[in-house]
Amino acid sequence: MSQIEEVSIAKFKHLVSERALTGETMLLNMGPQHPSTHGVLRLLLELDGEVIVNCIPDVGFLHTGIEKNMEAKTYQKAEVMTDRLDYMNPLGNNLAYCMAVEKLVDLDVPARAQGLRVLLVELQRIASHLVWLGTSGLDLAAMSMFMYCFREREQILDIFELVSGQRMMTTYFRPGGVWRDVPVEFEKAVRDFTSIFSKRIDEYEKLLTKNPLFIDRTVGLGKLDASVALSFGVTGPPLRASGVDWDLRKARPYMGYEQYDFNVPVLKDGDVYARYLVRIQELRESLKIVDQALNKLPLGPVRSANRKFVPPPRSEIGVDMEALIHHFKLWTEGFSAPKASIYSAIESPRGELGVFLEGDGGPKPYRIHMRTPSFDNLSVLSQIVKGHLVADLVAILSSIDIVLGDIDR
Amino acid sequence: MGVEQKLGNMGVVTTTLESVVNWGRTNAMWPMLFGLACCAIEMMSAQAANYDMSRFGMEIMRASPRQSDLMIVAGRVSKKMGPVLRRLYDQMPEPKWVIAMGDCASCGGVFNNYAIFQGVDEVVPVDVFVAGCPPRPEALIHGVMTIHEKVKGESFKQYAEKYK
Repeated sequence: MSQIEEVSIAKFKHLVSERALTGETMLLNMGPQHPSTHGVLRLLLELDGEVIVNCIPDVGFLHTGIEKNMEAKTYQKAEVMTDRLDYMNPLGNNLAYCMAVEKLVDLDVPARAQGLRVLLVELQRIASHLVWLGTSGLDLAAMSMFMYCFREREQILDIFELVSGQRMMTTYFRPGGVWRDVPVEFEKAVRDFTSIFSKRIDEYEKLLTKNPLFIDRTVGLGKLDASVALSFGVTGPPLRASGVDWDLRKARPYMGYEQYDFNVPVLKDGDVYARYLVRIQELRESLKIVDQALNKLPLGPVRSANRKFVPPPRSEIGVDMEALIHHFKLWTEGFSAPKASIYSAIESPRGELGVFLEGDGGPKPYRIHMRTPSFDNLSVLSQIVKGHLVADLVAILSSIDIVLGDIDR
Repeated sequence: MGVEQKLGNMGVVTTTLESVVNWGRTNAMWPMLFGLACCAIEMMSAQAANYDMSRFGMEIMRASPRQSDLMIVAGRVSKKMGPVLRRLYDQMPEPKWVIAMGDCASCGGVFNNYAIFQGVDEVVPVDVFVAGCPPRPEALIHGVMTIHEKVKGESFKQYAEKYK
C-alpha cells in the first residue's frame, strides 16, 4: 500500500498564486473525506482569509478501472460494469451502453422495449434529481428536503425492484431490448407514483423556491457564462441554466424521444439558483414523459428477434434445435462485433453521457471509453468559485451535481 | 440477601459495569459520515425516512473521525483511497468498529483488477461484512445489529489485553 507523502509547496507552485509561496495565502485541503464533496473528491483550496483564490480539484480516489475491466468481458457481460459507473443513474448508463452495442452490430429494438426504456430512464432521472435535491438541501441545512426526497425516491426504487429484482444496479436493459417484460403490477405502481409526484414537487418548491434563506445562499453565486461553459464542455442542467438550449433528447433524438411532448427548461442567469430551477422544472418534464410513455406503451415483443445477438426465450429452447445452438453460443462465446469504432450518446441527468466503443471482430470490445458528464462539469468548478467564500463553495459544488463514480470510473 | 430485598420496590436494578458500558456503546454508536461509492447512496437511504436508522440510536453521522466510533466502509476502496482510509481509521478514538458494506468492500466484488483493494480488510480490521451489491438498507441495519450483538459480548479484559 502506498503511503501518504508530504510534499513541499514548491512541487505544485504552478497551480497556486505567488502569494501562497510567501505564506500570505493559506492552502487548505477539502476532502477526500468531507460531507459536502458528494463523494471522495479532494479540493486543494488557496484561501485569502475566507475568500477562495484558487481551487484545484484532485480526482482519482474512486478510480475503479471499469473501462479496462470491460475489455476482458463479452459484450453482454460488460454491461454489469456500466451500472456502477454513475451510480445515481444506472439505467441511463445501461441505455448508453446498449445503444452503443446496438449501433456497432446494427441491432433493432422493438417499439415496446423503446417505450419501456424511455419510461424507466425518465424515472431514473427523477430519482437522480431527487438525490441531488435532497443532498444539496442538506448542504444548505435544509434537513427536511433530504427526508422528503428520499421518501419519493424509495417509491421509484420499488418500481425498479418490481421490474428487475434489484433496487439500484438493475442491468435491466440488454442489447436488443430489455431483460424481460414488466409484470402486471407495473402499470399501477407507476400510476401511483405519477399521481402523487406532481403535488410533491409543489411541496419541495414551497420549501425552497421562495425561501429567503435559500435565495440568499444561492442567487448570484457561481455564475457560469455560456461561453465558458461551452469551452469547458459543460453539458446538462448547468449548461441549460446558462442559457444554452442543448438537450440530446431534442437535438439528437434517440429511443423515439421525438414522439413525446416535453420542453427543455432553459434559464439565463447561470447561477446556483438557476441550476436549481432548471432541475426542478426537469422533474416536471420527466414526469410528463413518464405519463405519456405509459399511456402509449405499445404491446409486442420486448426483445429483438435477431437470434444472432439476442438469446431465444426459454420456451423455444426445448423444441427448437437452432434456438438451443444460439443459446449455447451466446452464453459461452458471446456474439462478435465487426471491426469498427462508434460513438453514441444520451442525455443523462448530469449531461451528455457518451460511449466510444471499438470492436476488433471478436466477442469482446477492443476499447471502450465513456465520455462522462461529471468529469467535464467538474473541470469548470475552479473557474466559477474564484472570489467566493468557502461556505459558498459547498453550494456551488452541489449545484454542479457531480458523481465521483462518473468522474473517476 | 440481595439488595432488592433490603431496598424494597424502589426500581433499583443490579447489573455489572461491563454490561452498562456495553449497553451505552450500542445505543449511541456514532458512525462516520464517509461514503465512497454506490453503497453510500444505500447508506443514505438507511438514514432517511423509510428505513430510519435513528431507531437504533445511530441517527448522528459524524463528519469527523475523532467523534465517531463506527466506520462504515460503503463502497469500493481504490489504491489511492487506501492510505486515506487507514489514516481516517487511525484518527478514530478507541473503542472502534468497522463494517465493510457491500461486495466491493468485502472482497472486491465485480472489480477484480489493478485499481481496487480485494477487500477492505487489507487496510483496516473489519468486524462485520455485509453482502450485496449494493446491500439493501435492511441488510445494512442487520449488519449494525450484528455489531451491537458483538459489542454486548465484549469485556474489559479483552480491551486490557488488546491495548497492553
